[in-house]
Amino acid sequence: MLYREAGQFKTDYAADQQIFPIVQDRLFVAAVVVAAFLVVPLFASQYLYTEILIPFLILSLAAVGLNILVGYCGQVSLGTGGFMAVGAYAAYNLWLRVPEVNNLIVVFLFGGVMSAAVGILFGIPSLRIKGFYLAVATLASQFFLDWLFARVKWLTNYTPSGSVAVGETSVFGWIIDTPVERYLFILAFVVVATLVAKNLVRGHIGRSWMAIRDMDIAAEIIGFRPLRTKLSAFAVSSFFIGIAGAMWAFLRLGAWEPLAFDINRSFQLLFMVIIGGLGSLLGSFLGAAFIVLVPILLNQLPSWLGIKMSTALLSHLEFMVFGAMIVFFLIVEPHGLARLWAVAKEKLRLWPFPH
Amino acid sequence: MRLGKAALLGAVAVAAGFVATTSIATTAWAQNEQYLAGLIYRTGAYAPNGIPFANGIADYYALINARDGGINGVKLNYEECDTGYATDRGVECYERLKNKGPTGTAYVAPLSTGITFALTEKAPIDKIPIISMGYGRSESRDGSVFQWNFPLLGTYWSAADIIMQHIAKKEGGFDKLKGKKIVLVYHDSPYGKEPIALLEERAKMHGFSFTPMPVTHPGVEQKATWLQIRQNRPDYVLLWGWGVMNSTSIKEAAAVGFPRDKMYGVWWSGAEPDVRPAEDGAKGYNAAMLQHGAGQFAVHNDLKKYLYDKGLGSAKWDETGEVLYIRGLVNGMLGVESIRKAQTKFGNKPLTGEQVRWGIENLEISAARIKELGFEGVLQPLKVSCSDHEGTRAGRIQQWDGKKWNVISEWYESDDKVLKPMVAAAAKKYADEKKLAIRDCSKES
Repeated sequence: MLYREAGQFKTDYAADQQIFPIVQDRLFVAAVVVAAFLVVPLFASQYLYTEILIPFLILSLAAVGLNILVGYCGQVSLGTGGFMAVGAYAAYNLWLRVPEVNNLIVVFLFGGVMSAAVGILFGIPSLRIKGFYLAVATLASQFFLDWLFARVKWLTNYTPSGSVAVGETSVFGWIIDTPVERYLFILAFVVVATLVAKNLVRGHIGRSWMAIRDMDIAAEIIGFRPLRTKLSAFAVSSFFIGIAGAMWAFLRLGAWEPLAFDINRSFQLLFMVIIGGLGSLLGSFLGAAFIVLVPILLNQLPSWLGIKMSTALLSHLEFMVFGAMIVFFLIVEPHGLARLWAVAKEKLRLWPFPH
Repeated sequence: MRLGKAALLGAVAVAAGFVATTSIATTAWAQNEQYLAGLIYRTGAYAPNGIPFANGIADYYALINARDGGINGVKLNYEECDTGYATDRGVECYERLKNKGPTGTAYVAPLSTGITFALTEKAPIDKIPIISMGYGRSESRDGSVFQWNFPLLGTYWSAADIIMQHIAKKEGGFDKLKGKKIVLVYHDSPYGKEPIALLEERAKMHGFSFTPMPVTHPGVEQKATWLQIRQNRPDYVLLWGWGVMNSTSIKEAAAVGFPRDKMYGVWWSGAEPDVRPAEDGAKGYNAAMLQHGAGQFAVHNDLKKYLYDKGLGSAKWDETGEVLYIRGLVNGMLGVESIRKAQTKFGNKPLTGEQVRWGIENLEISAARIKELGFEGVLQPLKVSCSDHEGTRAGRIQQWDGKKWNVISEWYESDDKVLKPMVAAAAKKYADEKKLAIRDCSKES
């Protein structure tokens, strides 16, 4: 009843090409963004910022990046953690060695660009290798990058333990140190990046990625160059992932070691994309929310309910329930949480009078 | 599909409730309780070592409450959070617990070098001190830069130095080390990398060859490393492992026939869970001691009387004499004594992290006091100060005979002639990089 597009006519091409053609969708998304910028800072506690919202937003951005590669272009990658590390360490070295550039936007974009360059390099094998074999090849990039940051001392500024730390960070003189400022800065970055990603995937570049994903030989025959298309997907994907890595290091951790971007991070992001929904930007956000929030939620639920249990039992239960939930969601909807959302919208159009 | 939709709605509802609950974090606290957050791990790859330590801490706090009614009447309210030894989860636990209780947590002791590194950045902002007893950043001993870090009882550089002194003594002096080959098998994380700087310095001084060999987390796959050791035939192998990595190393050493009495572990590689799985293969293996060894001490009488006889202990009674359990007790005791010290200045009430920080920095435990606390034979007197956040740098070496640990050396003290310039240089580098103001310790009382 509420969600019905009857009476909304598209009278020009601009109206037809909007990101959200339906008025209700537009309003809903606008409301979410406004709420995130204005309402959340009114009530959120520090814990909510630093442990829930900031990790969620940063990993969402990384998942958006990975989704471009895996979901839209069909190139399975297990090197995400490595690309995040490239972004983080490139940003760190720029911040450290060129103190004049104390501007997080420049620092993060540099991290993204470096990561994109490395992404292109490791994307080259994708021209010959496909599917699971490509996943294995990108796995090599993960291990290589892990090794690089652990062994090349210059990259970590010769710290004895290989753990680096960043100090004061600012944007155009605005010093970002409180959780609220960090949150708002990250949120702004993620919103802009998502908008860019959305426009990329619905434009001709995104369509060329999808053509390659659906059938690369056919795409080649109708005139898409596999080299350029695949490498552009690797570049754009790694760019977003690199920015997310730099953010994770600078604004979430503050001090980190290569272990923060190990193979587990790659798996975590791939699971986000799979559970959230391949080939859906919304899915990236839902997947990130699921993987980031549910374990923390499960860990705290018993104490809210007033159930006393030992720390060990609590942790084990968290693992078991979380695993069961993943299996459950994948059985109920193999296409991910984003598909569940789309089905819900379909039903809502007919509500309250389904056939 | 109906099931899926219901589940989705349920998830949304729970998530909404979650956000609401976390944002409204105003719970009523008992006003006269000192809150203590415990970042421990009872699960994951490092649980065999994490559990006894966690039990030791929990039991000591429980003992203080049961026997003394708290610290000068202020009861301890201890809450655990399982970090699984993962840095991001540890930070999450820290953020979750740090502001609980009437005054927030008195201090944190994360039992993980990675988490310590991350919290080092947060401590000055949150004003919560970190007691990293025998781990953490080696240069954080310098209190003029690292105001909030307290690597009490020894840093990794101290540990490495003590082991090297012992080896030198066995060989007949540091000059006899020339041309020897020493290998460090280490956990490839900040923890394992910490001693490398000192060992390289010592190698330069005495002309022995030093080769670090990394083992990736969690350390169950070490065949390649030990094959290399078999080919290189080093004179000594130093082990910087944790959790299952330790026992794997000892088993591999046995498999390639490297003499275990030429293996020296750090104090985190010298507990019962490290040697027992290797069975006879561990005989002769040595490890540094963070002051204490295993066994029953005077404090155990109280533990038995007030906790274990009433079924309130968190471990099994047989496990209370083990190395890591006692280390937990010591950590708890140092924390409690720091709070007690801080109470002499700020009054007998729950204290903030900032006040407890003063207590740790001015902590002095004499031999008489150690005896009074029931820790005679566990540790030596210590005195913390602004310029020395370590308190004491003494350690011994112990050897596993297949059934129990035996102390095989006198007390060593790490050589400040070597360590102090390294600490000062590393701390200064950290301060410069972060543009931190350096405290003048000569002006601190």
